[in-house]
Amino acid sequence: MDETQFMRIAVALIPLLPLLGFIVTLVLGKRWGARAHILPVALVTVSAALSIYAFIWAFTHQHEAFVWDAFTWVAAGRFTVEWGFQVDTLTGVLLLVVGVIGMLTHYYSIGYMHGDEGYYRFFAYLNLFMFAMFVLILADNYLLLFLGWEGVGLCSYLLIAFWFRKKSASQAGKKAFIVNRVGDFGFMLAMFTIFTATGTLQFTGVFEAAESGGIAAGTMTWICLLLFAGAIGKSAQFPLHVWLPDAMEGPTPVSALIHAATMVNAGVYMVARSYPLFIQSETAMTVVMVVGIFTAIFAAYIAITQNDIKKVIAYSTISSLGFMFVALGAGAWVAGIFYLFAHGFFKGLLFLCSGSVIHAMGGEQDMRKMGGLRKKIPITFWTMMAGALSMVGLIPFAGFWAKDEIIGATFLHGYYVVWAVAMVVVLLTAIYMGRLMFLTFWGENRADAEVQAHIHESPPIMTVPLIVLAIPAALLGLAVGLPPEGGWIHHFLHPVFFDMEGEPFHLLGEGGLLMLASLATVLVGLVIAYYLWVRETDVPGRIAARVPVAYNASLNKMYMDDIYDVVPIRATLGFASWLWTFFDAKVIDGAVNGTAWLWGRAGDRLRPIQTGRVQSYAMYMYVGMVVLVIVFAWVWVS
Amino acid sequence: MNPLDWWLLLAILLFSIGAFGVLARRNVIVVVMSLEVMLNAVNIALVAIANFRGGARGAGTLFALFVIVLAAAEVTVGLAIVIANYRNRRTVQTDTYDKLKG
Repeated sequence: MDETQFMRIAVALIPLLPLLGFIVTLVLGKRWGARAHILPVALVTVSAALSIYAFIWAFTHQHEAFVWDAFTWVAAGRFTVEWGFQVDTLTGVLLLVVGVIGMLTHYYSIGYMHGDEGYYRFFAYLNLFMFAMFVLILADNYLLLFLGWEGVGLCSYLLIAFWFRKKSASQAGKKAFIVNRVGDFGFMLAMFTIFTATGTLQFTGVFEAAESGGIAAGTMTWICLLLFAGAIGKSAQFPLHVWLPDAMEGPTPVSALIHAATMVNAGVYMVARSYPLFIQSETAMTVVMVVGIFTAIFAAYIAITQNDIKKVIAYSTISSLGFMFVALGAGAWVAGIFYLFAHGFFKGLLFLCSGSVIHAMGGEQDMRKMGGLRKKIPITFWTMMAGALSMVGLIPFAGFWAKDEIIGATFLHGYYVVWAVAMVVVLLTAIYMGRLMFLTFWGENRADAEVQAHIHESPPIMTVPLIVLAIPAALLGLAVGLPPEGGWIHHFLHPVFFDMEGEPFHLLGEGGLLMLASLATVLVGLVIAYYLWVRETDVPGRIAARVPVAYNASLNKMYMDDIYDVVPIRATLGFASWLWTFFDAKVIDGAVNGTAWLWGRAGDRLRPIQTGRVQSYAMYMYVGMVVLVIVFAWVWVS
Repeated sequence: MNPLDWWLLLAILLFSIGAFGVLARRNVIVVVMSLEVMLNAVNIALVAIANFRGGARGAGTLFALFVIVLAAAEVTVGLAIVIANYRNRRTVQTDTYDKLKG
């Protein structure tokens, strides 16, 4: 069996195995009880191994893309779509992130979900998610990508609302689904436009048409903006970010896998994949960057005052995704994907750690009731420390190298305002991540005595994935990001973003200064956080009391949910109510009842004819006959 | 007027008298009798046309014979219904037969 054939089998099996796991587990899982995880976890492990194989294939074949059209999926007139897979270096990076983190999350879930009544259902859904996510990143055309895109959206809904007996969880699931639909609508319009303009949805065909100038500039801008609308929904950017914080109602492994490491990256991936379209539209690129930077600071500002440990990380995810879009919009494509790569690991790690903390605290998520956990759950503490330092961007952790490339790119490409805002975001990030760590792990424990007595480190099935994830979260940057702007990942992704010419990095010039500036900002932020939440713990309250407007705006998530409540929701409900009480009750029912009334009246009028006497009926017949005879005679004569 | 027309005129007259009887009279026995008059009017028309026109001579006459047989059967059933109805309702006035009134 030659290499191509083996690669085909591998690529076919990567999504198929989790699909098989989903079906079998859903049907038979209930009988397996506490052993329901064995099959899904085993299948995902094989998928992850094959993903690594595909990554290695991409590594050894950097200048060619593996494209395989398995069969024709849709054929309708001129419109044909292949069920086609594509593996190039960009796909390789995504496969590695999804495969490895997906597998580790599965292992972690064995411990975290232990004893849950929906144990088998959880693993079935996770497997379905893996299938959809693999389809999304392996697709070689927009429609198949969209299939995966909707699939992960569905799984997101199913898993957020996993504890569906809890009202808030089922509400959050619906919210995620509905908000995503808004973006998906844009994505669909983009696909229609692409097909109208180029006659295909195949990536290669579309990009060839774009590069040969086959798409008018105005159309191109619209395509890009509509695609980006889809990305805004999936990657939780302003103003469609509201679903992600609520998505924390789901089990923590779901937050780690779907809402930090994989699904939310789909929007970034899709924009990066469509980069031959985006580079032709200055407007779209600017919109991407502006939305990204605005979301980054917006979410970071909210994160500072949130008290739920998962909400803080959720807002930090929104902020980080904003950073990725800043990178894409600024034309630093590789930096964006590099950040995605690193972020997948350290944010997944942070969520899994927070899950471990919650587990230790007996389900408590409020940071105000934590504290002093450093000594009690040391493995969680140290791994979370690696994730947090990576998140704030402290040298030499992975997040530093990736984030710094983005910040550097905004400065070097001349977007000074964006750069300045990004520096503020870095400061805020350091403050809220510092706050999270200090509130959780330092000081005295503020929980009830009963809860305190039960604090315990998680079982190895949960801590081992943490340790495994902590390694890339800490060291990934050193491995692939050095030297900045010229690291291994740049060479690796170069064939995909082929027209990118990275600026050579000057440690002693601007590059080094920017690096120092961002490092200094991070340190200042951490010191502020230490001062506020370890030393002078009454200061934050006093600051909040001094500027109640700013504090309440942050605490109430900038009133976004309230705005949505008034504008689209109330308006829709009001309109629906009008349709019900006026249009339905008066117009529709009026028409129906009016018709019935009309025929009732007509019947009343005609009723006397029905005498019941045979002779009068005979009379009608006779008259009818006479009329017929006259008519026929008249026809006969004329 | 040729002879056929006279016969047809007679048939029309008898038919109209019968129809009037069926439609206007209140006694159900008279209604049945009037029905017989109408049938016989048709018979006269058939026989007359068969006699003065018609390719196959016997055809019209044969039809008339059929009508007579059917009329005999019909009057049997009809009178049976009238009697049965009379036993139920003690009347032969058709204007009281209005149970199907709408």
